[in-house]
Amino acid sequence: MRLSGLLRRPLVLASLCVIFGIVVVAMIGPWIAPWDPLALDQNNVNQGSSSAHLLGTDEFGRDILSRLLVGIRPTVVVALVSTTIAALLGTALGIVGGYGNRTVGFFIMRGVDIMLSFPAILLALLAVGFWQSGVLSLSIVIGIIFIPQFARVAQSATLQVLGQEFVEAEHAMGARYTRVIFRAILPNILAPLVVQATLTIAAAILLESGLSFLGLGIVPPEPSWGQMIGTARGYMSQNPMYVVWPSLCLAMTVLAVNILGDALRDHLDPRLRNA
Amino acid sequence: MAGHDVLKIEDLSISFRTEGTLRSAIRNASLTLRSGEILGLVGESGSGKTILSLAAMGLLPPNAMVTGGRVMFEGTDLLRAGASALRRLRGKRISMIFQDPMASLDPIFTCGDQIVEAILLHEKLGRRGATARALALLEKVRMPDPPRIMGSYPHELSGGQCQRVMIAMAVACNPDVIIADEPTTALDVTVQKQVLTLLRELNAEIGAAVLLITHDLGVIHEVADRVAVIYHGDMMEEARTAQIFSAPKSAYTRALIASMPSMSPPRTRLPVIERDAKGEIVSVVKPSATVRAAPAVTGGATLLELRGLTKTYTLQATPLSAGREVRAVDDVSLAIPARSTLGLVGESGCGKSTLSRLVMRLIEPDSGDILIEGQNLAGLDVAAMRQARRDMALVFQNPYGSLNPRETVRDLIAAPVDIHRGGKDRDAIVARLLDAVGLPKEAAGKYPHEFSGGQRQRIVIARALALQPRLVICDEAVSALDVSVQAQVLNLLHDLQAEFDLTYLFISHDMSVVRHVSDSIAVMQKGRIVESGPAEEVFERPRNPYTRTLLDAVPQVGTMQPAAAEA
Repeated sequence: MRLSGLLRRPLVLASLCVIFGIVVVAMIGPWIAPWDPLALDQNNVNQGSSSAHLLGTDEFGRDILSRLLVGIRPTVVVALVSTTIAALLGTALGIVGGYGNRTVGFFIMRGVDIMLSFPAILLALLAVGFWQSGVLSLSIVIGIIFIPQFARVAQSATLQVLGQEFVEAEHAMGARYTRVIFRAILPNILAPLVVQATLTIAAAILLESGLSFLGLGIVPPEPSWGQMIGTARGYMSQNPMYVVWPSLCLAMTVLAVNILGDALRDHLDPRLRNA
Repeated sequence: MAGHDVLKIEDLSISFRTEGTLRSAIRNASLTLRSGEILGLVGESGSGKTILSLAAMGLLPPNAMVTGGRVMFEGTDLLRAGASALRRLRGKRISMIFQDPMASLDPIFTCGDQIVEAILLHEKLGRRGATARALALLEKVRMPDPPRIMGSYPHELSGGQCQRVMIAMAVACNPDVIIADEPTTALDVTVQKQVLTLLRELNAEIGAAVLLITHDLGVIHEVADRVAVIYHGDMMEEARTAQIFSAPKSAYTRALIASMPSMSPPRTRLPVIERDAKGEIVSVVKPSATVRAAPAVTGGATLLELRGLTKTYTLQATPLSAGREVRAVDDVSLAIPARSTLGLVGESGCGKSTLSRLVMRLIEPDSGDILIEGQNLAGLDVAAMRQARRDMALVFQNPYGSLNPRETVRDLIAAPVDIHRGGKDRDAIVARLLDAVGLPKEAAGKYPHEFSGGQRQRIVIARALALQPRLVICDEAVSALDVSVQAQVLNLLHDLQAEFDLTYLFISHDMSVVRHVSDSIAVMQKGRIVESGPAEEVFERPRNPYTRTLLDAVPQVGTMQPAAAEA
């Protein structure tokens, strides 16, 4: 599959750069941070930008730039791992719910409905409350929470594809179920799933931020973006730029992921590729 | 009969803007609509006939550009008239009837509301007066029980009834011009006949000028007074209907008429439209590439036999209401000799598509036997049935829907080979099949959306032949295609039958196509086979009254020709 067409679009190229940068920083963040993200400095709290602290300091005098750089890793890991879990399990459940045995499908989809009727943050609170908090457990919990969304999207897309004649044509040729799923159904439901995945990455980042904000995600003093936004909210009058930096990082990341998702969706569809 | 000129299209040229370049869609077209007259506009898909009709309504899409000419209606040029002036004309003076009656009525309003609305938009009548007028109109379009229809929603009516409601709306304000774009294409033949007759009689009564756009020469022959033929944006000729069919002037018209299945003797190759070395349009009958004796029809061994095949559906209006049993396929017995073609005809909803799925057990029959060369498919388990499907193939109606848009042509055609032989020799097989159906080798690497409808149907046929099946079921295989493309595909099926020893179950609603391809015929009505026998016998001496109704409803073009002079 040629990717050169994708790279020729400036907006897509920019998002790719942003995402590449974030992944790189997630890997090497602790080594390029100019300050120790945990080092307190009671003489320099809530400072604005200066030559020593490029983005200023927080309420304990810690360097905000360093905390942002180090805080990327948990954010990225949680977003990617949870989205992968949700995408794989959710899509599988959705296809079975749409294409499989009707009784099994009924129970899967009603289970999904039940899960969807709980607010995500409430489920996360419950799960994290019973389990210890940490990057891995957070990823798994958030991943499970987003399974129903994928299952719904995959199931409705599957039902749509099943109504088309080429699926009947596969059956008429004597194709096995696995072939029908992987050749006829999956490629044709990929577009909405890719969009769903980008939305989920964004939502996972936000949910992780929300949980960290509530003190149930990444445990202080270790930094994460959401937690920083949460804390910074209380110091908006003293240091207004404190809340701006992590919010800006979060918004840029989510935007880049969404733009890339849209571009991928168009690229994956041969009908739109040359348009 | 010929009245005064109402609408004049003069020397009209239209182009489309696409990515900075202009693509010409219509070149120097001139047409005159006269009151009380039906002008037929014939052309194949992409010929520009719909663009021409939109121009006549002042409804051109934003990327269309008028590069010359004008459309005159009562002294104003519709192409340059303002939006409010056009709005006053549309509906009242110029009205339109669309192809798909179900889609062009608003599903959330009752038919009565929609007719009343159309009247109130242009006439100063009270709601009560408008309702009375609507009832009278429904009476006029010969709807049974007009008060009930007034309160019905479009989905509660049949396609033919919806089209009558559309016609009632179109004539509601006694318009001067009615533009009908393929008004009967979505309807069954018997319904089509009723709608055409209605249009004809109504027009004689209100004296409007009707522009009837269609791809079907039979329809034109039935109702039009004059005919204009358009091809790739150029007006080929305009003449009185009788003249067009008896002495067509342009080469394209001649070729188009010749490619209709009813114009050639049954079971022969049809002439196709081509351009010769000088770029002139010619109609040629090309001999098939592989010359072989015609398959012996009589005395051949039976390939497929159906015995008492039955499928019942239970319809429930709501999950709680009592189910109503519908026999989609009712005790059907048929036999098809090897290397012959059985034509199965019937109108929409008669169960012919269900029958084709039952034969392949894509739908499970309730009872009955399906025998292919003595093997009963009805008793096979899932794995054995999967194996048995090697010998059968299905060609669908819609070449756009039956090809997976995410796969290349190579993968599509090789699919049966991948499934049953683990992909052995797939490239060689694909190359041979592409050649057999007349597609270039480079087609293998492309995706289905890069092909035209006729080419896609060739891809579907190539896939059907990949494992050299014995039986090919064609479910309305040529219904979505233009006449000239249809001729090519029918020729292809004809050649392949000889080349690959195929047996066809050819399902269609089009009597002339079925007549052309079939050795024997079965007529289906409401799930039952009401008549079957050799093609000639069924068509020349139909015994069943339903068969006779079907045959009478087919628009006849052949009556002008000496070949069918006895009719």
